[in-house]
Amino acid sequence: MTEPTNPLVEMKNISISFGGIHAVENASVDLFPGEVVALLGHNGAGKSTLIKILSGAYKRDAGDILINGEQADIRNPRDAKKFGIETIYQTLAVADNVDAAANLYLGRELQTKWGTLDDVAMEANTREVMGRLNPNFKRFKEPVKALSGGQRQSVAIARAILFDARILIMDEPTAALGPQETAQVGDLIKQLKREGIGIFLISHDIHDVFDLADRVFVMKNGKVVGHARTEDVTKDEVLGMIILGKVPPGATPGPGAMKVA
Amino acid sequence: MADTMQTTTKSTTSVGTGQAEGNLLSRFFRATEIDTRMLGMIGALLIIWVGFHILTGGLFLTPRNLWNLSVQTASVAVMATGMVLVIVTRNIDLSVGSILGFTGMIMGVLQARLLPEMLGFNHPAIWLITLCAGLLIGGLIGTLHGAIIAFLSVPSFIVTLGGLLVWRGATWFVTSGQTVAPMDANFRLMGGGTEGSIGATWSWIVGILACLAIVAAIINARRQRKRFHFPRRPVWAEYVLVALGCAIVLGAVWIANQYYWPVNIARRYAEANNIAWPEGGLFISQGIAVPVLMAIAVGIVMTFIATRLRFGRYVFAIGGNPEAAELAGIKTRWVTVKIFALMGVLCAIAAAISTARLNAATNAQGELDELYTIAAAVIGGTSLAGGMGSIAGAMLGALVMQSLQSGMVLLGIDTPFQRIVVGMVLVVAVWLDTVYRAKAK
Repeated sequence: MTEPTNPLVEMKNISISFGGIHAVENASVDLFPGEVVALLGHNGAGKSTLIKILSGAYKRDAGDILINGEQADIRNPRDAKKFGIETIYQTLAVADNVDAAANLYLGRELQTKWGTLDDVAMEANTREVMGRLNPNFKRFKEPVKALSGGQRQSVAIARAILFDARILIMDEPTAALGPQETAQVGDLIKQLKREGIGIFLISHDIHDVFDLADRVFVMKNGKVVGHARTEDVTKDEVLGMIILGKVPPGATPGPGAMKVA
Repeated sequence: MADTMQTTTKSTTSVGTGQAEGNLLSRFFRATEIDTRMLGMIGALLIIWVGFHILTGGLFLTPRNLWNLSVQTASVAVMATGMVLVIVTRNIDLSVGSILGFTGMIMGVLQARLLPEMLGFNHPAIWLITLCAGLLIGGLIGTLHGAIIAFLSVPSFIVTLGGLLVWRGATWFVTSGQTVAPMDANFRLMGGGTEGSIGATWSWIVGILACLAIVAAIINARRQRKRFHFPRRPVWAEYVLVALGCAIVLGAVWIANQYYWPVNIARRYAEANNIAWPEGGLFISQGIAVPVLMAIAVGIVMTFIATRLRFGRYVFAIGGNPEAAELAGIKTRWVTVKIFALMGVLCAIAAAISTARLNAATNAQGELDELYTIAAAVIGGTSLAGGMGSIAGAMLGALVMQSLQSGMVLLGIDTPFQRIVVGMVLVVAVWLDTVYRAKAK
């Protein structure tokens, strides 16, 4: 571990625009194995858009994505999953009219040798994963709609774990959760980090993520203001980056940094 | 109100004292995992049946009427199974009646005009070639609709509204509005009638096979759950389910066998086969009608597709949350195309049944069927908001609609008034369902 490892993900000079509006402009972020990187910014700063390019939901207009140093051609969610990229979305995480097992395996169902759904095997694996993640989870037969916010989130997280994600994207993972469930998700993130998974945390609330993250990237108006190691900056300094685009001495400025006169 | 309070307090106290107490009925439903919603529908159907039976002075619940009812339901029931998948994915198909008309007309022309010229009158292959051609054309029309909806992003309401007009017009165009008749003798079997029924012996064989299938399915499900140590139903509940299932199947077969050939046909049959005409008449059972068997087979296949295959899982996932399904990597557009293609094929099957039954293909065939099909699916518990619905429910819904119509015909109610009643029933049924769902939450 003496030499620095290759970044797991490198997004270079990414741009995307919707009908003339530059949602993301010339943004570059990177992520190393076993690292938690927080992507911060106001609503509409472009952080979710940037990350949806990585997860395959949007197609970029310009820029490169490198996974383990190699060009990755990500055009849709299926491509992203091939590179071990799993995404946990804030709101669109689950199809809430089917049960937990169906959601966990959505798009990757186990099949019997007859080509039919192997519901029993899927339920068995679901029970095992959920047992590890959230031992109190018992409602396997009910549609996800009947579950609490925390339970739904654990279903979404279980889905990522089940398929050996190497890169995990969490969009406001704790936005809908109570304090206890938030702490649970925090523990989970630490556990995944120890397993060498790289995690992008997206949030507009710095308090949610500052203590979990190793580094922060701040975005404003579609551009990266700058990035910093969390040990080199204070929460207030990061807030200054989010609100004003002012880059403190401990941080590396990006294209969106406020011009100092 | 006081009742419910009492039962809740009772059930909370019974937790400590053991499982023996508590609400017996709710315990029964939990153990057998019978869908109470479905049970409500069956209850409504029975009320309709008994009500008409009394009103008509005992004409409704006769083997003859029930048998006719089953044949009349078949065509719409077949299409309703596909409409479930369409509506579950938040689409609608207004063109099914017109597709039925068009494929029916094509099949009519094929078997009555084109093929006899090439193969000879009543050639044994005619019905098969005709049916395959119909299924193919139905599938292609559905694929076209689905492709426009999925890849050109035109709302399904508009695409199929266009289809309603286009295919009805095309139906007329095929023969310039002429009715085509008669149908091929083998093809006609699909329409039911005396010849298009399988008789007593075969009906019993089908019934017994169905019972064996029920037993096998329940044993298999239990074994699977045992293998993975999942909670299982109590053994008595399994026995109840088997007994109930078999009783319904065998009861239906018995009723179908209680309906005998009309005297004239039986007499002709007796003369043709040199059977002496017995005192009091010759009783030959009709047995289950071929179109009913076809509808049941379609129902089983569609249930299998909807619940056991990936495709069905995707259909429901898309209905529940289209974005989540897309992000999970499901090719949602292809699923949409496949759903409409399937719907087209089902329309062709329904067209075969209805042209065979009428022994003619007309340019008005299937008119208003789209509305009856949608109504059947919706009465059967398919939610227009998407994500919810069952094939069996839709078929039951078709039976409810047909029962209402058939009952009103028996009562001698005028056609305009029949429509008024059916329309009101549809609205009330959906309202009741909304109330039920709100309570279930």
